[in-house]
Amino acid sequence: MSLWSKHAIFEKNSIILVIGVLIVIAIGGLVEIVPLFYLKSTIEKVDGIRPYTPLELAGRNIYVREGCYLCHSQMIRPLRDEVERYGHYSLAAESMYDRPFQWGSKRTGPDLARVGAKYSDEWHRDHLHDPRSVVPGSVMPSYPWLATTDLDYAHIAEDMKVNAVLGVPYTPDMIANAASDVKAQSVADAPEAAALVKRYPKATARDYDGDPSRVTEADALIAYLQVLGTLVDFKLYDDKANIR
Amino acid sequence: MNETYRALAEFAQTWGLAYFVGVFLVVLAYALWPSRQQAFDEAARMPLRED
Amino acid sequence: MSVTAVPGKSMTLGEGGTAFAFAILAFLSLIIAAKAYTPEYAFHAYLFTAGSAAAVFAIVNRYFDRPAEPAPLFIDGKPNYNMGPVKFATVAAMFWGIAGFTVGLYIALELAFPFLNLDLPWISFGRLRPLHTSAVIFAFGGNVLLGTSFYVVQRTCRARLVGDIAPWFVILGYNFFILIAGTGYLLGITQSKEYAEPEWYADLWLTIVWVTYFLVFMGTIMRRTEPHIYVANWFYLAFILTIAVLHLGNNAAVPVSLFSAKSYIVWSGVQDAMVQWWYGHNAVGFFLTAGFLAIMYYFIPKRAERPVYSYRLSIIHFWALIFLYIWAGPHHLHYTALPDWAQTLGMTFSIMLWMPSWGGMINGLMTLSGAWDKLRTDPVLRMMVVSVAFYGMATFEGPVMSVKSVNSLSHYTDWTIGHVHSGALGWVGYISFGAIYCLVPWLWNRPLYSLKLVNWHFWISTIGIVLYISAMWVSGILQGLMWRAYTSLGFLEYSFIETVEAMHPFYVIRAMGGALFLLGALLMVWNLWQTVHSKEAAVAAAAPTLVPAE
Repeated sequence: MSLWSKHAIFEKNSIILVIGVLIVIAIGGLVEIVPLFYLKSTIEKVDGIRPYTPLELAGRNIYVREGCYLCHSQMIRPLRDEVERYGHYSLAAESMYDRPFQWGSKRTGPDLARVGAKYSDEWHRDHLHDPRSVVPGSVMPSYPWLATTDLDYAHIAEDMKVNAVLGVPYTPDMIANAASDVKAQSVADAPEAAALVKRYPKATARDYDGDPSRVTEADALIAYLQVLGTLVDFKLYDDKANIR
Repeated sequence: MNETYRALAEFAQTWGLAYFVGVFLVVLAYALWPSRQQAFDEAARMPLRED
Repeated sequence: MSVTAVPGKSMTLGEGGTAFAFAILAFLSLIIAAKAYTPEYAFHAYLFTAGSAAAVFAIVNRYFDRPAEPAPLFIDGKPNYNMGPVKFATVAAMFWGIAGFTVGLYIALELAFPFLNLDLPWISFGRLRPLHTSAVIFAFGGNVLLGTSFYVVQRTCRARLVGDIAPWFVILGYNFFILIAGTGYLLGITQSKEYAEPEWYADLWLTIVWVTYFLVFMGTIMRRTEPHIYVANWFYLAFILTIAVLHLGNNAAVPVSLFSAKSYIVWSGVQDAMVQWWYGHNAVGFFLTAGFLAIMYYFIPKRAERPVYSYRLSIIHFWALIFLYIWAGPHHLHYTALPDWAQTLGMTFSIMLWMPSWGGMINGLMTLSGAWDKLRTDPVLRMMVVSVAFYGMATFEGPVMSVKSVNSLSHYTDWTIGHVHSGALGWVGYISFGAIYCLVPWLWNRPLYSLKLVNWHFWISTIGIVLYISAMWVSGILQGLMWRAYTSLGFLEYSFIETVEAMHPFYVIRAMGGALFLLGALLMVWNLWQTVHSKEAAVAAAAPTLVPAE
């Protein structure tokens, strides 16, 4: 009883209140977040996943800058209609190098997790320039400035360095060749393209924006969109191997 | 790794659950203990007092 | 400035130190502006320079104007409350509120009529949408929380706010953060993490402001002359602490360079998703719920002139709510690549969360027991009570939507948007409006200009909310069903664009609802403007008289 008549621990002692709150809110977060870093089953072992090429990374940064995630998800759920509409459900491994993740929370527009190689570059160009010219009824904003703005890739090697520090497997070779890789990937027949593909398997070098004379933001963004969801070969992927 | 997961899950679903129920009972006891009624009534009137 | 220092007057360590720190910051920002990688970042660096220089000037100017002695803690035995920062936050809340509602209306119209994007980068939907969410949550809601917390903690602790410059630093520094964040979105500076869009340097600045906020709040509690810490302060404290933890965890990022606005988050993929929604859901739980519950626990009893229904329930409510909320994040990631065990945990705790939420709602509503007649005569009280009812509705809908089978339909659709707005417009909006309708007459010591206008505000915006959320329910469920509809031959019945086109009428209705809500808020601004500028002082009995601050 004396404990209770002394009481007033919380409503009189502010420090204990602070500690109590911190303990209580720590439990849930720790239990849910920490195991994700230790349980190997969190991210499947999949062949084909590689870091983004410098051009794709620059394109991804434009995707991030324009806030595309607010209307487009990149996360196909294992539901019948979604798999039929968009393709194989998304694997955790497919976004393991994504900083930040862009799974999204709203589909005002369709999911983009597997939009790569679904449409031609020309379609993307027209669509970004004026969505309603190819999809009447679309409510997407037009992005005409992408095709007329030169891509700023002066510092792209620094971006890759930071990613490498955080654990993305960018090699010193990749970082050293960042700027030349950007140029090589954005035209159709650069002699450096072979070296690019060697560094980044499955990377395709072509003139994404239809203007071979310059590297624009449209080059980068379309290169990023065209690689989305194409790295894993699902003909070879065994669903059963990674049941969690 | 699956072993670790199973062990952790089992611990959470037994002792973890018991622990949380225990903590909840302590909070209930703290809030509902009869001798504390007066203090709480007094605290509840705090916004109403003027100076 | 013309006054020369009187003998015995000297600059305090706080004044000198803060001015010195700001002078250094101004200088550093100037260097960064000169070497910035992009003009957008340079612009922000110049803003920091200008803001810091203004801060130095304000501190020095204030030093020359102030009396030699620091402000007394008590005058004639009564606490000498510091209400200047509270007044500023109240005005800022109304300013950002109108801005945020207006941007919300505009992006609603953009979705209905996409030509309104006007092909301009800075007003395209993707850039304006974070501006809308940040302006209403962090700018409007944040200033309401800052202002009311500084008010409530002083009055329930019967003590003057700790610090001389610190409270002003918190309020002005926070609003500067909003300015950086908002202009950043328009210029394309964003982390693209929902509700945590500001880049690393804005996050760093907010961290400094937030730690100061915590210290001022805690210091004031420790200085209290009352034995108890009133339960509203518990909720404020949980809000301040948890937001600090969430902010640090979710924004852990490495900038590309000191001279670049761009950073990369240390988490990636599935872990980033979990951290993000641990943050995102608890921004709802602790910013938009715990903080505003604190407002409920002070302003409803105060306005109804009766103590809260059950103080004991409020204690159970408090611990259960903060314990359960933290777990609920994974319900934003149902059926994604997040491991199933985490999804199940998120769902389970979300459903359990229904109980403490309704405990709080009952506590708020039942405070009116025996005084229900006040709802007829006092539209301000009615607004607050209806807000608690909206809270009850949203916290019932939330657990339902967290059930995986419901979520498979509702996720990615407008149903989520409707759910958020029944909480945001109904609960957060109305409890804030109610608190501000109380605060302005108390702070400026004037009677409220017109209760009739409050009544108009209430009804216009209630119709707006109903239009908004019912349009979103219908469009969300309709779109979810269309996505999964099959023809008798087993093919998907609708192409994606057909489901988009079906949304058009509902987007128009939603915009109309938003317009009504904005109209109501504009009536409120007019009402408050008239209140502050009226000559007549309040009757002493109607409102607590204020001791001159400073």
